[in-house]
Amino acid sequence: MRHEIRFSGLGGQGIITAAVILGRAAALYTDSFVVQTQSYGPEARGGASASAVIISDEPIYYPKVMNPKLYVIMSEAAFQKYGRDAPSDAVMLIDPGYVRSRPSCRCIEVPATSAAKEQLGKPVFANVIMLGGLLEAADIISYEALEHAVLDSVPKGTEEKNKTALSIGREIVRRQL
Amino acid sequence: MTGREFYNGNTACAEGALAAGCRFFAGYPITPSTEIAERMALRLPKVGGTFIQMEDELGSMAAVIGASWAGARSMTATSGPGFSLMQENIGYAVMTETPCVVVNVQRGGPSTGQPTMAAQGDMLQSRYGSHGDYSIIALSPSSVQEMYELTVRAFNLADRFRTPVFLMADETIGHMREKISIPESVEIIPRCELENGSEPCVPDENGIPGFATFGCGHNVHITGLTHNEKGYPATDSAELHEALVRRQVDKIEKHRKEIEDVDIVNPDAKIVFISYGAPTRTVRQLNYEEENIFGHLNIRSVWPFPSDALSAFPEAEVFIIPEMNLGQIAKEVRQYTNIPIVTVAKLGGALHTADELRHAVSAAKDAVKSGKPVTEVRL
Repeated sequence: MRHEIRFSGLGGQGIITAAVILGRAAALYTDSFVVQTQSYGPEARGGASASAVIISDEPIYYPKVMNPKLYVIMSEAAFQKYGRDAPSDAVMLIDPGYVRSRPSCRCIEVPATSAAKEQLGKPVFANVIMLGGLLEAADIISYEALEHAVLDSVPKGTEEKNKTALSIGREIVRRQL
Repeated sequence: MTGREFYNGNTACAEGALAAGCRFFAGYPITPSTEIAERMALRLPKVGGTFIQMEDELGSMAAVIGASWAGARSMTATSGPGFSLMQENIGYAVMTETPCVVVNVQRGGPSTGQPTMAAQGDMLQSRYGSHGDYSIIALSPSSVQEMYELTVRAFNLADRFRTPVFLMADETIGHMREKISIPESVEIIPRCELENGSEPCVPDENGIPGFATFGCGHNVHITGLTHNEKGYPATDSAELHEALVRRQVDKIEKHRKEIEDVDIVNPDAKIVFISYGAPTRTVRQLNYEEENIFGHLNIRSVWPFPSDALSAFPEAEVFIIPEMNLGQIAKEVRQYTNIPIVTVAKLGGALHTADELRHAVSAAKDAVKSGKPVTEVRL
């Protein structure tokens, strides 16, 4: 099984961190092969931010995503660049606080930024909320693997809030399935 | 560090250097190599090493050479613009036979070009960039694991042959993250110290003189000028100059087989890809999609060019060479074969896709029919 996941949003939303955490979870806590890539550029600070993760049970040769079926989109600009042409059998998680448009594929609205602000006091947990939601929407890796990777990636003292963020994301998506 | 990690190539390179015993890094940050300097700045002080951010790449290369003479395994990391600035002192390292490692995480050139995009445009510069006649060793990784392993090997080759060794990576491999397995320890081949009382520039049977580490009582003189067996300038002897340059070239060229590091896949194939660095991954992708029908020579040791490996494909009717430059290594391949060559140059930063290589295969079939020596596939 091969999963290709595209993450995109604004610089500062933790888009690349989310992709790295997912990649780390699959690389270190499962037997999968993983490649994570990201767009670099002057615009990567404050402008568009994009990253991609490939998780596969076979070796990954070509390292860039070819046909992503899973999307996490956190800004309108990111939707226009990466989300608009998603294939009809894709699944897209969007933050409706930032994305106006809707794709033709299955779309799951995860108001991650507002949930992070309201329930955890800071918008910085939005990316981890999205990760919790992503795993609920698609059976990529085990929830335990993701939680391990979240806990060893986040700053000390924020572990409990990040665990809560994961479950907030799961719950938001579960209600829509 | 040991065990499984999820690193980008640049971090793996820094960890490989530390495992190999590198204890000195001088550099000037430049995209897309900066993570190597960042990692070394963080880690070197914790292992008793030294990190210096220099004023520029000229100073960086000079500091790396000085640290090597003081006995340290030393390195720097840069990209094209910095590599250009280092060329003068790279020549000095060649002439003074100074072991050191220079990492070039290649980006689009010429000049400042495309800082954040991958390229392989410095391959010929790595071979011929400094003035005068010399030989050099350059390695090219195609995975995060290889960034680690080839960095270790670069240090061993540098000490074994007393030469600068280049790790010619690219932005794709430097910035992508993969799982890597870090061993408990790595093989370290130490440099041969000069025996007390010996002349500093008299070679052993392999053409390599013992290394007179500064501060060890050798009273040695080091110069980029043509020098005699004591190391003193002797610039007016034609015989001495020719003998010195030929020995320095031969110490590498006569050990091509030892340096050679290649993968040979499907040696009976008629259509054979030759690649190094990131495009290797697309060739493997194509072979995976096409049920492994193509031959593939993957080159990890680009310089000296492993020309003998071409004869590992006795049935080959055509060589297809995808590069992220305008065909720099393809020119080298042409020197060693009469078989038709298909170049697949791709500039701009994106890696070749499997479909693009499939397109090159049909051009290759035409080349076999027509016998045209060089076909340039434009994507």
